[in-house]
Amino acid sequence: MTVGVKVMKRPGAKVSYLRATLKGMALTFSHLFRPKVTMQYPEEKSSQDWTLSPRWRGTHRMLTDEQGRAKCVACGLCPQICPANCIKLVPGEDEHGNRYPLIYEIDEFRCVFCGYCQEVCPEEAIHVGVHYENSEFSRDRFVYDLERLCAQTHPVSTLWDPSDPKGE
Amino acid sequence: MTFFLVASIIKIVVVFTVIMVGVALLTLAERRICAWMQDRLGPNRVGPQGLLQPAADGLKNLVKEETLPAQADKALFLLAPAMSFVPALLTFAVIPFATPLPTPWGEVDMVVANLPVGFLYILAFGSLGVYGIVLAGWSSNNKYSLLGGLRASAQMISYEIAMGMSTVAVLLIAGNVTLTDVIAKQSQSLFTWNVFPLSLAYFIFIVAAFAETNRLPFDLPEAEGELIAGYHTEYSAMKFSMFYIAEYSNMVTASALMTTLFFGGWDIPFTTWDNTPPWTTLKTLATLAMFSAKVICFLFLYIWVRWTLPRFRYDQLMALGWKVMLPLALTYVTVIATAIWFLHDGLGWTYDTRFALALFALNLVLAVPLFFVLDRGRIVAGSVAEA
Repeated sequence: MTVGVKVMKRPGAKVSYLRATLKGMALTFSHLFRPKVTMQYPEEKSSQDWTLSPRWRGTHRMLTDEQGRAKCVACGLCPQICPANCIKLVPGEDEHGNRYPLIYEIDEFRCVFCGYCQEVCPEEAIHVGVHYENSEFSRDRFVYDLERLCAQTHPVSTLWDPSDPKGE
Repeated sequence: MTFFLVASIIKIVVVFTVIMVGVALLTLAERRICAWMQDRLGPNRVGPQGLLQPAADGLKNLVKEETLPAQADKALFLLAPAMSFVPALLTFAVIPFATPLPTPWGEVDMVVANLPVGFLYILAFGSLGVYGIVLAGWSSNNKYSLLGGLRASAQMISYEIAMGMSTVAVLLIAGNVTLTDVIAKQSQSLFTWNVFPLSLAYFIFIVAAFAETNRLPFDLPEAEGELIAGYHTEYSAMKFSMFYIAEYSNMVTASALMTTLFFGGWDIPFTTWDNTPPWTTLKTLATLAMFSAKVICFLFLYIWVRWTLPRFRYDQLMALGWKVMLPLALTYVTVIATAIWFLHDGLGWTYDTRFALALFALNLVLAVPLFFVLDRGRIVAGSVAEA
């Protein structure tokens, strides 16, 4: 044995190589026939053991009212609270004095998906979504404008509620 | 002469193609079996059940960028992949894989080159494989590659001795170095397969063969965790692929060798129909299927062991090679030579089932204390059994 290496005395069963090898091989062989855990992704997006959490915070969605207009009243709370400064909002006002967003853009590359915008929104207009397939062919497609945010159909996130921590 | 040339060329082309396709499928088999053992599915997207995955990999390797390290020894760097690739394939040339095939122009031996010194040829070319790896490690001018190459040379030289020694016993029984004779001697019955009269030699041989092919638990030349990828760290694209092909061809050859030397080659057990003339095409096909089945079993064993065992430490590898395998092989040759001399000259038996069973009994008697001692922490140094 190499100098300085302490040779430990252990019970025979713990230092055996042959028995351990055979045991290991029996184990790996038995695994050949066990059910596989792989989820075949594009065809299969959720399984019995794995579904996307309802609290998942993905790309945003703007909810609309019955006339199909964005619920947003351009109060300015979401750009104010956004830690990543990814929301661009230019407010406008119509002839009845109703405020609405002239420009509402979210840069999904800057977004950290904290969900504060959804939390702070008094009108429950902007939401983070339960959604993760966001590939695009160009970078500028990741700045979602108001039209696109309204057109999203995926479910919206259920944010964590301190008074109901387990979501019951 | 023309017949011989034409037959040889056809055999070379066919065997080469079959091995290349086999190697390609083997890489897929390895990945899928590994995946199954880890409760995954493995690559199953390209073609039915992933069967075209090797083609996709090959295509990728062909169009990938070839890199050449600035400080590398250019000539040797380019030569090394070929140096490891060629011996791996050459060894297969002398392995008989079926009974002779009758054709209208005469019988064709189902072996690429039926060399009278087939066995020595295998030992010689088996040792050449190390050059490719050592040269790759040296010429890359990279410390990890060099360490990988050094480890490979030390390992392959150490285990080659045990491997050669273990096969001496096979030669003692066959009384000849021609592989066709080695098979003929084994094909009398199931128990004359050398794995029975020479079980311990087979044990030594299989361990040494794992070391010679650089497969786990002896893959120290690659050892990702320590050496990045060892000797082929600096290689890319097709040159990297060549090392890969060489590794798998070595596995195929080693499996074929185990089949030939210890499992009766193309012999079909429980019948003598297959090894008595006249030769027919059916016999050729049946024995070929048998040979392939045996080889595939060993290939599966390779993959199975790889995904089960962890890698040896370097000192453990050397200790096992020099302190266990070599003395064991030497002692075994002495014992078995004495036993064969006693049975053959002392009692006047000829080699048949009775002879083989007597040797098998001797092997069992030897195996019990041997495995008992080996199992007491003598293989993997660092800890020993109490008392």
